Amino acid sequence: MSQPTETVTHFPVFQYKAIQSTVRYLLMILFALLMFGLILLISGKDPIQSYKDIFTSTLGSSYGFSEVIVAMIPMLITALAVALPSRVGLINVGGEGQLYIGAAFATFGALTFSNLPGWFLLPLMVLLGMLGGALWAFIPGYLKSIGLVNETITTLLLNSVAPKIIGFLIFGFWHSPMDTVKTANFVAAAKLPSFFGTRIHLGLIFGLILLIIFWLVMKYTRWGLEMRAIGSNPQAAKRNGLPLSKYLVVIMCIGGAIAGLAGMVQVSGFYGTLFLNFSMSLGFMGFMICWLAGGEPLGIILMSFVVAVITTGGNLLQLTRDLPYAVINILLAFTLFIVLARPSFFKGKTP
Amino acid sequence: MTLLSILGVLSSAIFSGTSLLYTTLGEVIDERAGIVNLGLEGVLLVSASSGFAVTYLSGNPYLGILVSILAGGLMNMILGYLVITRKANQLASGLALMFFGFGLSALIGKSFVGDKIHSLTRFLLPGLKNLPLLYTSLFKFDILIYLVIPVAILVWWLLYRTRWGLGVRAVGENADTAFASGRNPHLIRYQALFVGGMLVGLGAAHLSIAYTMNWTEYMTAGRGFIAVALVIFSKWHPLRAIVGALVFSGAVAFQLLLQSSGVKVSPFLLDTIPYILTLVVLIAWGGNRKHSAPASLGRVYQGSE
Repeated sequence: MSQPTETVTHFPVFQYKAIQSTVRYLLMILFALLMFGLILLISGKDPIQSYKDIFTSTLGSSYGFSEVIVAMIPMLITALAVALPSRVGLINVGGEGQLYIGAAFATFGALTFSNLPGWFLLPLMVLLGMLGGALWAFIPGYLKSIGLVNETITTLLLNSVAPKIIGFLIFGFWHSPMDTVKTANFVAAAKLPSFFGTRIHLGLIFGLILLIIFWLVMKYTRWGLEMRAIGSNPQAAKRNGLPLSKYLVVIMCIGGAIAGLAGMVQVSGFYGTLFLNFSMSLGFMGFMICWLAGGEPLGIILMSFVVAVITTGGNLLQLTRDLPYAVINILLAFTLFIVLARPSFFKGKTP
Repeated sequence: MTLLSILGVLSSAIFSGTSLLYTTLGEVIDERAGIVNLGLEGVLLVSASSGFAVTYLSGNPYLGILVSILAGGLMNMILGYLVITRKANQLASGLALMFFGFGLSALIGKSFVGDKIHSLTRFLLPGLKNLPLLYTSLFKFDILIYLVIPVAILVWWLLYRTRWGLGVRAVGENADTAFASGRNPHLIRYQALFVGGMLVGLGAAHLSIAYTMNWTEYMTAGRGFIAVALVIFSKWHPLRAIVGALVFSGAVAFQLLLQSSGVKVSPFLLDTIPYILTLVVLIAWGGNRKHSAPASLGRVYQGSE
């Protein structure tokens, strides 16, 4: 009873060897598949055939695999947009909103400077997207740093505002002559190049490079050390002379910039146009992935891959099994529940 | 802009604000026990779809409401298992619950899209009968609307005037102290989540059974997140939640009024008014916010062995 038994939760660090934890996660996912199969069975669908469909549409063919990678790209980036602020104790639930605003800024670039060559336009759009996300994240970051409002609640509120601003811009100014709910297709110079005849685009490289930079910064630089210090005890860090509020604002803005990049990558690399509600909870998925991965770069890649397999499989389930696309969220949620609950029979030696 | 149009807007604000207030009250109880439920969106959707389905199948809206309430409580039990028994992170578990709700409600509601139901009867309060017909049609409300303020008072009474409420608040402030004084934090948190979930279910029932009277996928459109914000806005107090829900729906109504009076502003921008207003009020009240939040909100109670 002498020790305080209540602790603030931190993102857990990977404690096991990579293989051991991979096996553990795979077992959990198998369990989730079993439970989702049960739901499919109850609703009168053939679970085995459904899983066959999901498998062939994702891992079973090279095209399917490439589609999984495509779906993974924005998740990698939005997860990082959560992971970085979490290192200084900031909870960024606003990836969704930052992504929208980033996409809007990038679209502004694509539509306004459409006669510029790609080597100039694309970097400009990247910068604009990051600027948009950073500005959107500046609001919660600043309010947090002066101790006014908690960033969790401001980011959540701003999530609801951002898609409406997109709607305003599309309906008011940007919609194409034929269609009122989306912009005209971007010119070729405003689209990220894709590889190997698939839809995998340059965004994948962006995501991977950012993850590597994140890992290097956290491990080898003074900033990483200072961020860890702030994350574990902000008041102590402040007393030791670290510029706490500056760190909070800047890190939040960088997190927002990363989420904004995810928005830019989606409109420029994936859709080639901007339309209403294009994100479909990518920002929230990023939050989940980051948390499940313990904020670690490798874990983020692994979990993004798993989630991407599930959501990509959902598309096919909708086409062939006559189920609403949203139903795949059940499988996603089961996977999340099981990883969150960490049932004891998967546990190994926990500390 | 006539009196009639203003009253019409007011009436629609009351209709749309009711489910919001029920939901907010549910979240107040959750958070008073120290648990943030970010999955409200999912709880609302599952309750709304199951309540609607049962109303359609049975033809009895009261049975539908009952099912909604139960569904809400049960959905919160999933969250309870994750964050209380398995000690998982609350925000992540809440979002997982949200995704679960997206999926499950789509599955439940799949075969009911576009169906019509017999809804609750709407009636006037006695004493308003003498008004002209044009006005009375605007102020015919269903029983859930009349009950929402009494329910808010009931929640206040539960939290502040009963032993159980004292236990809930004690656990939310400091689970160790509550344990030391002979309470069972786990049990109390489960109970609070169940009661809170039932209220959220009631809000969902009003939304799908009494207000819109249909089911569409993702019909809640962010209400769950608004409720989370309103809880903070109302400083975790059930009576202030009434004010919060009024301000928010009032902002929605004001926005409708502007539109109906032909002001040339994009409806998308008007839609952001309630959120921005909430944010502004949070900023204005920000300074003393810390003193009213339950002290161990969001923390995991590790047990006391």
